[in-house]
Amino acid sequence: MSETLSARYVTFAGDGGDQVQGYLASPEGGGPRGGVVVIHHLPGFDRATKEITRRFAVLGYDALCPNLYWREAPGAAPDDAAATARAAGGVPDERLVGDVAGAAAALRSLPASNGRVGVIGYCSGGRQSVLAACSLDLDAAVDCYGAFVTGTPPEGFPLQVGDLVDRLPGLRAPLLGLFGRQDSYPGPEQVAELDAILTGHGRPHEFHSYHDAGHAFFAVDRPSYRVAAANDGWERIASFFATHLGG
Amino acid sequence: MCTYLTVRSALDGSAKGPGGAWFHVTDATVSFDHPVHAMAEHTLNIDLAAPADGPAARVAVELTAASARELVAAIQAALAAAPAALIG
Repeated sequence: MSETLSARYVTFAGDGGDQVQGYLASPEGGGPRGGVVVIHHLPGFDRATKEITRRFAVLGYDALCPNLYWREAPGAAPDDAAATARAAGGVPDERLVGDVAGAAAALRSLPASNGRVGVIGYCSGGRQSVLAACSLDLDAAVDCYGAFVTGTPPEGFPLQVGDLVDRLPGLRAPLLGLFGRQDSYPGPEQVAELDAILTGHGRPHEFHSYHDAGHAFFAVDRPSYRVAAANDGWERIASFFATHLGG
Repeated sequence: MCTYLTVRSALDGSAKGPGGAWFHVTDATVSFDHPVHAMAEHTLNIDLAAPADGPAARVAVELTAASARELVAAIQAALAAAPAALIG
């Protein structure tokens, strides 16, 4: 635990070698320590996500949040960038994987790195966290209420992304899943399906679903915030990362 | 959830946007998803934008679903009330 930290914008090599902006938060001191890639939600590279990134530095990690909309809107305000990226169809899965790979490599190249890097994402980033952990060599992954990891979209639903069921046998890192039982996407049945699939494939995972919470219960600036679920969730994340990224 | 749903439409008109300046809008983006500012889990979000002028060239609104339906009805009522010769 370190409450003295530094945070700044950086540039790293993302998918295809593109120079991508990120927000890097680091605790004071020389390490060795693990790294965390923070995947922002669909509303973008916003203040709340940067606060989350800094919190991982307080927990003792170098944390890097890639600006997934940097290509579409370099230098734009986060909400304008999110609007531009949305109009352009969102972030392609393969580009996301490349950007997380680049962020993980950037974290591992830091002088204080112990070589271990985890990934965490919220909302759409929860799905993307699982996607990254199915595609890259990461040491831990956290999915916070990501929809469409499993589950069939409603009929006629013009979804721009598919589920990840075919990729789940390739999950390479232990997965912590945090969900709200009042959420519909993912609903409890999709969470149970994901649990069963991972159990069937022998992939280590740990899921917690909160009865009094719905979607986005970690979001302190939204009506969906549920303090008890969020507090417990943060404790579970801290313990999970200490187990898999510490040392 | 993040619905990922986006509907786009071409526009021809003007909007009053950043800095209080009027600008020509060419595109509308409509989604039902998490808002940036409105106190609701999901809202009907509309961007009236001029993408050629950069990401900041837009007017954004985030409406509850009920409000969005009322807006649609109001637009349709206004158009229906206008003389046909004026609206083409």
